[in-house]
Amino acid sequence: MIKRPKPERFRLRRTMMFMNAQKPGLIKDAYIYGCDSIMLDLEDAVAENQKDAARFSLYHALTTIDYGSTEVIVRINGLDTPHWQEDIRVCVAGGADGIRIAKCESAQDVHTVEAAVEAAEKEFGVEVGRTLLMAALESPKGILNAYEICAASQRMFGVAISGGDFRKCMQTTFQRDGVDMLAARGQMLIAARAAGIQCFDTVFTNLDDEEGFRAEVLQNKAMGFDGKSLINPKQIRFVHEVFAPTEKEIRQAEKIVRAFEEQSKAGVGVFTVDGKMIDVAFIPGARRTLRLAKACGMYEGDLV
Amino acid sequence: MEILKSASAGTLESSDCLVTVEPGSGVSLELSSSVMNQYGRQIKATVLETLQRLGVENAAVTVVDKGALDCTLKARVECAVFRSCDASASNIPWGGAVR
Repeated sequence: MIKRPKPERFRLRRTMMFMNAQKPGLIKDAYIYGCDSIMLDLEDAVAENQKDAARFSLYHALTTIDYGSTEVIVRINGLDTPHWQEDIRVCVAGGADGIRIAKCESAQDVHTVEAAVEAAEKEFGVEVGRTLLMAALESPKGILNAYEICAASQRMFGVAISGGDFRKCMQTTFQRDGVDMLAARGQMLIAARAAGIQCFDTVFTNLDDEEGFRAEVLQNKAMGFDGKSLINPKQIRFVHEVFAPTEKEIRQAEKIVRAFEEQSKAGVGVFTVDGKMIDVAFIPGARRTLRLAKACGMYEGDLV
Repeated sequence: MEILKSASAGTLESSDCLVTVEPGSGVSLELSSSVMNQYGRQIKATVLETLQRLGVENAAVTVVDKGALDCTLKARVECAVFRSCDASASNIPWGGAVR
């Protein structure tokens, strides 16, 4: 049985690719594409009468296939279905890194899932707290309650918007300039940053519209998203390119971290780098840039 | 487990297999595979081991394999057996008889 390392609450998640957990041909080699996370889907991609089969397939994939450093998240069925409790049992027993809560609308939804996750961790002898959570906001109510959802649990690492369902609720359709979801994306980002967790944009479903995809990814980056959900491996490379830091950002981050390590050893808390004041508050951001740079193959140093 | 009625799981897509279990006396296995020459014996062993782990002593099993990995074979056999007992939807012994 493959023992996956303890999941990291905060890690690089530029790309999260959806895969139908019921399709062995898809999930057996999902790690080769190089996305940061894969999202094995028990929800919409799986037909209602195949939910049971998908769980058996998922369990053996999780315990047999070595996904290496690719993070493995599972999207479970909604809390209004008869499936979500068994979904949680199989995720925890199989050692998934995290669970994506579909159609999340309140902190209570997160608490409900968390209680079931904790019960499953105890049942299967998994360290309590190991299994991470993220929430998908798919409705206006979910967006309005974004902050309480983001801050609902220490297990929460991120929040994502689900465009298809949300646009339907709002009586709109996909717009090339993103105006259809501008307010929702903005509110979700503010909530995620306020709660200190990550934020991911929805999938871009028209695989023939390369230009539209690129425009959306650039806008995501400009708005401050951490990453994007994807439906096809061919979308991975562009997202990784766009989310890569610039050379200048990397050099600056390196200087800051190096200076911080030297200064703090000498007992100095606040100092300047290139004329700018730096203290401990700048360090997580600088380290994040370096980790991102390392993952993108742009930094080979040993500061992260 | 007792096979109470005919049930199947899986598909005929590439890398998958279709497993059907029916009531029988003793365990019989009918296997066809797109990789019979290379992996026939291994597939058979995996299916029989899985049935044994589930405590299935009487079943007529048919497997149509399209190049499934061991983990997929196990998943399909288990799902078919639990379906035949109407027990596939909840309280699966993950990590116990299913492993």
